[in-house]
Amino acid sequence: MNEPVLSLKNLETRYGQIYALRGINIDVQEGEIVALLGANGAGKSTTLKTISSLINASSGSVIYKGEDITYRQPHSIVEMGVIHVPEGRMIFKELTVKENLELGSFTLHDNDIRKKRLERVYELFPVLGERQQQMGGFLSGGEQQMLAMGRALMTEPKLLLLDEPSMGLAPLIVKNIMDIIKQINKEQGTTILLVEQNAKAALKFANRAYVLETGEIVMEGSAEEMSKDESIVKAYLGE
Amino acid sequence: MAETKNKHKIKNPFEGIIEKLFMIFENKIYLYGFFAALVVFLVIFPNTSSRFTQEIMTNLFFYVVVCLGLNIIVGYAGLLHLGYAAFFAVGAYTTGILSSRMGMDFWLTIPFSIVAAVIAGLAIGFPTLRLRGDYLAIVTLGFGEITRLTIRNLDVTGGAIGLIGIQRPEFFGITLNQISHFYYMFFILAILAIIVSYRLENSRMGRAWEYIREDEDAAAAMGINVTTSRLYAFIIGSAFGAVAGSFFAAKMTAISPDSFMFIHSVMFLMAVVLGGMGKIPGVVLGSVLVVLIPEVARGIGPYRLLIFGFLLLIIMLYRPQGIWPEKPTISTDE
Repeated sequence: MNEPVLSLKNLETRYGQIYALRGINIDVQEGEIVALLGANGAGKSTTLKTISSLINASSGSVIYKGEDITYRQPHSIVEMGVIHVPEGRMIFKELTVKENLELGSFTLHDNDIRKKRLERVYELFPVLGERQQQMGGFLSGGEQQMLAMGRALMTEPKLLLLDEPSMGLAPLIVKNIMDIIKQINKEQGTTILLVEQNAKAALKFANRAYVLETGEIVMEGSAEEMSKDESIVKAYLGE
Repeated sequence: MAETKNKHKIKNPFEGIIEKLFMIFENKIYLYGFFAALVVFLVIFPNTSSRFTQEIMTNLFFYVVVCLGLNIIVGYAGLLHLGYAAFFAVGAYTTGILSSRMGMDFWLTIPFSIVAAVIAGLAIGFPTLRLRGDYLAIVTLGFGEITRLTIRNLDVTGGAIGLIGIQRPEFFGITLNQISHFYYMFFILAILAIIVSYRLENSRMGRAWEYIREDEDAAAAMGINVTTSRLYAFIIGSAFGAVAGSFFAAKMTAISPDSFMFIHSVMFLMAVVLGGMGKIPGVVLGSVLVVLIPEVARGIGPYRLLIFGFLLLIIMLYRPQGIWPEKPTISTDE
């Protein structure tokens, strides 16, 4: 196996005295889609936040492309090409779609490249192009998710951290979003680490998956094997 | 955009009227026409008014400058600052000490007062800007009081009596000593402050502040250096206050710790919040109200401050977002 592009080594994170992550190990290979599954409060979102440094780890390390980024500032991690799409989308409701997308390319100083990327995002999400002058807050849930993802793509990420992209969306839209994630992965070779409660949807297109329970990894393996094993699906992922 | 406007919820009888009033200014011709008329009016104003009125107007321009500075911190960067008078004091005392004790020319003291404010801003901002909301307010409140008490107890600042004999500035050979001189000086300063604020608002930094204010984590996740951006807001805002303080010292020729009480920080903050945080016309309007209402109401006699307080209460109850807020109020919570 190659050197993984991202690897978490004995990562521990806590909120005050309460441990959210109890020493987890995760490896993500370049070009892979890896799903992080588990119930509420298992530590999935905390894992992503620790990677992007929105929360500081209490011990262990995050290695990205051979470099230790555990205690880097969030903005410098973004500059390295690791983009976090936070849970609940976190789009700016009072800004227009276009302004939201332009925020995504904040680290960029070149207007021509910005325009090109904007067009690419509109290609990928035509609905955003149609609504570019509308306020973010007036988009539907699915459109907001697309906006959040589009905003992340404005930086041309190497590694995309997606937090519950299917949350609160209708099944048809979930499928649409998942298809686009696959497309981003295929066309741009973007590595994707994805947190999901909707295990079935995630296992359908991820390469590998980890299952978290109360801050520990209880299972890992290829997505295919996992989705076949009914008992595992029932025990850890729910129906 | 028509769609967004239909979603306005009319919550009180005033709201619709005020929105309509400001809608007039959406039209650029009316807007520029209004500003041109206002500037002409303000330029000829001293020739037609008493010294007392000029004094009030000078105070008003002064408030505009200080409040625009505070607006950078509170309105743009979204940091609640309760000790702004301290930065204003740093500027005033730097000019005061250099001018009255060392005989330095007024204009030369301004760079020193900016540097002093930047140092003070860094000293207070660097360790505290990681704090959120309420905690920062407490720290700035403490800083304001500490500064005032330090000034009160140092020899170089003249203690409780303060400094006297600050030299009047000269401007192309004219010594500025008439109230009309200061009227024009603060008028120009206010216009400069508006221009600088406008440039800041539309800069890269201004956009970063806007994003951070809306959602700190999302901004950080998009590659904005939150701490540095806030520190810039803090420093730039402090420098604004210090420059205003320098001119204040030159106008008064005597300053004492009583000019930099907590109540002044509160009045500045009130003007910013009242008018509408984060928007230049709003802040200017807030300054106008805070300075003019107590003066206009002077005829009422001893109850004027009571009425002032009552008016503020009404405004905040019916327009908690400020009279002229940054964006029209739309509810996007659903």
